[in-house]
Amino acid sequence: MSLRHIISGAVGLFVVVVIGGLFWAWRPTIPLISAPLNAAVDERVFRRGAELAAIGNCNNCHVANSGAPYAGGTSIPTPFGKIFSSNITPDAVTGIGAWSEAAFRRAMRDGVDREGRELYPAFPYDHFTKATDDDIYALYVYLTAQPAVHNPIPPNDLAFPFNFRPIVAGWKLLFLREARLEPDNSKSAEWNRGRYLVEGLGHCGACHTPRNILGAEKKDSAYSGGAVGGWHAPPLNAYTVAAEPWTADQLTEYLSTGWHRLHGAAAGPMTDVTRNLRQASAEDVRAIATYIASLASASGKPREAVPPKQGNPVANVPSEVADIYAGACANCHNDRNDVGPSKALSLSLSSAIRQTGSANTVRVILAGIPALAEAPAAYMPAFGGILTDQQIESLTAYVRARYTDEPPWTDIHREVSKARQNGS
Amino acid sequence: MTIALNVNGASHEVNADPSTPLLYVLRNELALHGPKFGCGLGQCGACTVHMDGRATFSCVLPIAAIGSRKITTLEGLLEDGKPNKLQQAFIDEQAAQCGYCISGMVMRAQALLRVTPHPTDEEIKNYMRPNLCRCGTHAAIMRAIKRAAV
Repeated sequence: MSLRHIISGAVGLFVVVVIGGLFWAWRPTIPLISAPLNAAVDERVFRRGAELAAIGNCNNCHVANSGAPYAGGTSIPTPFGKIFSSNITPDAVTGIGAWSEAAFRRAMRDGVDREGRELYPAFPYDHFTKATDDDIYALYVYLTAQPAVHNPIPPNDLAFPFNFRPIVAGWKLLFLREARLEPDNSKSAEWNRGRYLVEGLGHCGACHTPRNILGAEKKDSAYSGGAVGGWHAPPLNAYTVAAEPWTADQLTEYLSTGWHRLHGAAAGPMTDVTRNLRQASAEDVRAIATYIASLASASGKPREAVPPKQGNPVANVPSEVADIYAGACANCHNDRNDVGPSKALSLSLSSAIRQTGSANTVRVILAGIPALAEAPAAYMPAFGGILTDQQIESLTAYVRARYTDEPPWTDIHREVSKARQNGS
Repeated sequence: MTIALNVNGASHEVNADPSTPLLYVLRNELALHGPKFGCGLGQCGACTVHMDGRATFSCVLPIAAIGSRKITTLEGLLEDGKPNKLQQAFIDEQAAQCGYCISGMVMRAQALLRVTPHPTDEEIKNYMRPNLCRCGTHAAIMRAIKRAAV
């Protein structure tokens, strides 16, 4: 066989693969509908949809810059460029007002929009694909009963070749497993309900599972901790760094109030998650907690609690740091662990300062924990305007050394600059 | 231990533990009673002063952290011993009920007007959020800030 034959054979094969691939990836347009069916909304279905939308944190990505719920346009940073969230209000032109339930279900399950275009997996359909028909219907009813907001979404800003949508079909071939969850009959109904919510609409793994180079969750490291918006989403599995092992009771309280006496406050992106879970039913939060608590003991025996520290002696820090800690921090974070009105704990119980990187500790010191308007919760003033970068760096190193036996962080300077660039 | 502080344009050597929050030094050592002790936790804003022009809770600011940065209190806003434009606007609008929060309110509002001379209502509300008023004179405080911004 001559070289010419080999080359033309290879080209032929390539053409066949590309055409075949495009055919395989091709999805039909689903016809427009004139108006969503919300004329006669069943109140119970609507409420169910509202709870599921809260559990799914839909509005956290789909909120408009104006604050209009579900109207889209929020910029989602990814390693491949910026993606702008869709308008999922029932506006017929810029939202999903002309989408039938079938089109909505296909988007949730297959990551394809009504016109048959591939949706990027920043929309976590790899999780939503596990949702039941009933739950997807309830979400559809809830979303299409929202006020329609005309809000055109800017085009995504992605680098080549990621700006070519059909390549998402290849991503799906590798990483999207479209299947409902089969109940595990060796486990309780509550655990199974929790697994359904956590693995499905809750998409907890989207932040708490590390991602591979193509942005897909590494299934063999599920819940070993990930990254989101500069924050570290801590491990939920046996690699948890919590000083006190989490129980289902503790998680229930933490998830529904944003705070627990032995773990402290939700911060960063987790604040919104716990705020949203106030809208969920107590049973669903309890189920989520039961499943999450099981992750930490699934792959080994439960960890012993780390004995609380009254503070290691700290050498090699500028002398002012101990004074800054005493004057700025210790009034609330005291070693007696008296919990005052700010709900601050002794830092010996803090997970953030036990994590492998300083990202979360640095961000909390800089921006504090904002007070919530709607419910009593933990509060910490922002120290970004009070302390200099140098002081924040020394203070971060100081609390790590004083309240953990972990090795010193080496990323503090970088994290402070990164957080400052992002506006803290 | 003595620590040098620049307060209202004057240098002071204060003799205090370096971990002492600035608020106590201002009130107890320098007799500047504008800033108030409210919560001591950085929650209420009654202790607000300026550090290099930025509104800062003085109750969670240890003097060891200040260095050469310039502190201004309510007293430091006076012009020739008289209330400045914003302070006068608070008086004209009778923005104080019990008055405990007002020093902090004036300081935060002054910091806002420095960067945003003509704030919208929304900008005022957002910026003033860290400062609480138990009496509920927020409407009058809003009017005072807008009066000073004209």
